[in-house]
Amino acid sequence: MHSSDGRPRDAISVRNDDPWHAALASAWGEADRVPARVPAAASEWPGRAERTEPRDGAVSAADIYLEVQRGAAFQEVRSRYRRFVVPAFAAFFAWYVGYVVVATTAPGLMARPVAGAVNVAMLSGLGQFLSTFLLTWAYARHARLRRDRAALELRWDTQELTRGIPGVVPGGR
Amino acid sequence: MAGEHQTLALLLFSVFVAVTLAITSWVSRDRHGSAVEFYAGGRLFSPMENGFAIAGDYMSAASFLGISGLIALFGYDGLLYSVGFLVAWLVVLFLVAELVRNCGRFTLADVVAARMRERPVRIAAGTSSVTVSVLYLVAQMVGAGSLVALLLGGTSAAAQTWTVIGVGALMVVYVSWGGMRATTWIQIVKAVLLMGGAITLTALVLVRFHGDVDQLLRTAADRSGHGTAFLAPGLKYGGDWTARFDFISLGLALVLGTAGLPHILSRFYTVPTARAARRSVVWSIGLIGGFYLMTIVLGFGAAAIVGPQAVRASNAAGNTAVPLLALDLGGGADSTGGTVLFAVVAAVAFATILAVIAGVTLASSASVAHDLYASLRSRRAKPRSEVAVARVAAFGTGVVAIALGLLARDLNVAFLVGLAFAVAASANLPVLLYALFWRRFTTRGAVWAVYGGLVPAVALVLLSPVVSGSPDALFPHADFQFFPLQNPGLVSIPLGFLAGWLGTVTSAEPPDAAKHAETEVRSLTGAGAA
Repeated sequence: MHSSDGRPRDAISVRNDDPWHAALASAWGEADRVPARVPAAASEWPGRAERTEPRDGAVSAADIYLEVQRGAAFQEVRSRYRRFVVPAFAAFFAWYVGYVVVATTAPGLMARPVAGAVNVAMLSGLGQFLSTFLLTWAYARHARLRRDRAALELRWDTQELTRGIPGVVPGGR
Repeated sequence: MAGEHQTLALLLFSVFVAVTLAITSWVSRDRHGSAVEFYAGGRLFSPMENGFAIAGDYMSAASFLGISGLIALFGYDGLLYSVGFLVAWLVVLFLVAELVRNCGRFTLADVVAARMRERPVRIAAGTSSVTVSVLYLVAQMVGAGSLVALLLGGTSAAAQTWTVIGVGALMVVYVSWGGMRATTWIQIVKAVLLMGGAITLTALVLVRFHGDVDQLLRTAADRSGHGTAFLAPGLKYGGDWTARFDFISLGLALVLGTAGLPHILSRFYTVPTARAARRSVVWSIGLIGGFYLMTIVLGFGAAAIVGPQAVRASNAAGNTAVPLLALDLGGGADSTGGTVLFAVVAAVAFATILAVIAGVTLASSASVAHDLYASLRSRRAKPRSEVAVARVAAFGTGVVAIALGLLARDLNVAFLVGLAFAVAASANLPVLLYALFWRRFTTRGAVWAVYGGLVPAVALVLLSPVVSGSPDALFPHADFQFFPLQNPGLVSIPLGFLAGWLGTVTSAEPPDAAKHAETEVRSLTGAGAA
């Protein structure tokens, strides 16, 4: 069996038991001589490594969520989310608050004509609409391309791990 | 106004009620009466359906009649409202929609209570959700009352009273009969009607000016009597610094409040996944943005075609600007076109109010049954009995909202909506954001965040010029006014965040790292989502 205790085993059995690690094992060619590498690699993917472990009372849902949270895959999803949301939120919030403050404190500036009946106030108001539409599009695109697939994989892995643990039902509390 | 308008408007409204009742009974024909069915419509709506329903839930009569009326009277200052109402959706999209869908089941309290000791947090979040919902409902009830008085000609108090009672009774029937599934379909039908009505009127305005927006704006400015000042901010919120701070306060409440509105949050639970929740928000941003752009055209169109004097003569707050515009665009008061268009607008406005009331009542009954009742009872209620409690709660909410609606009959609708947004932003948003993003957040922090926003927000309103100390106040003869602003957001929103932080850092209980990990993993991946 695949294990994380460093017990030597041959590449064939790894390949048969756990297709995920097959690529790693065959790439090294001699997995039985470098057993230490397997746990090291597995620790980056705690979910994968623990999948085949016999489950006893020691593994709780809390441990699993902590493991997943520390895992590189989750850290990557979280940082992708934050790297988009934090600057985008700061930008539109500053732009909106600035707009409201200028509109209430400096109406003269807002009344400056630009073209025909259109003035700075009209342009900045329409600019708010435009920036909202653009940010919506950018967020949806970013989430679809950069987050959705990784998040879905993590979801299945985590649910696989928590399956059968007492007190964990889908969505249950 | 002639009697034909009223008859036709009543007829169209009755058709809407009949159609929605038919839909209600049709969609609930094989309903199982489970909590998921009642609160979340089985979680089986598509993103497009939910996007329309969100838009239908959000675009109240205050938007359709109120904002275009404000633009018709005050020009640019009315437009500031619509910008705030739209930009708020970026907060929902970025920080709330997907994560709430992944973490919760039916209510806001689900998300927070998952990390904390359940009972105190549920009671706190349930209380603030019910408060927000009731304030929002009162605004809609007042809107319904004044709308019928305006559109059906009679301004007698009895007519208004009976309308408010009638609307309340209809709403209770809808919600307790059909639950979320029926409520959602009403909102979808209403959103389609509202968009259709707005598109028609906007097209007619643009045709009248041969597509020349510049000409439209010039005419509006000329007829307003303010010249180019009509097209710049300051006519309503210029004046002294109190008025200006009041507007900044309102702007803050609008942009942060949407993400804390219980009836908006509960809509995300009606779709199967977080991805579907995101796509519904994208749909609704498109619809809501398009709608507010059209209200701008309608507002300036009413100023240019009807004229602010005529609008003000009909209703001092400007609420009849769009119906008057419809009358004119259709060919005038005595023409068939004018009568039909006027009746359509009136029926759409009614449908709008009814749909919003249904959505808010449902969210409020969920908070009562799922959060308050479940926590205050010693034994857990079974799902079936929880739905029974929710039905009773819908009835109770209806009674309270009707009573308060009759009491607050003379208050401005847009102001009441702004108030509900301010309380939502102060009491609901801080606790929600802390629970989703702050590792060290504790139970005490959560409870303090809710009450630390809710109590100041409500107290500042009670001490504001709205309640006492001014001629337009709820109690004009008493004077215990202390706080100068009408909208408490500028003070109470920072207080909510501050109280949550203070409660957390002074808390003896260590933060639960495992529960935080669970919330974070679940919120971003959807693992274990209901």
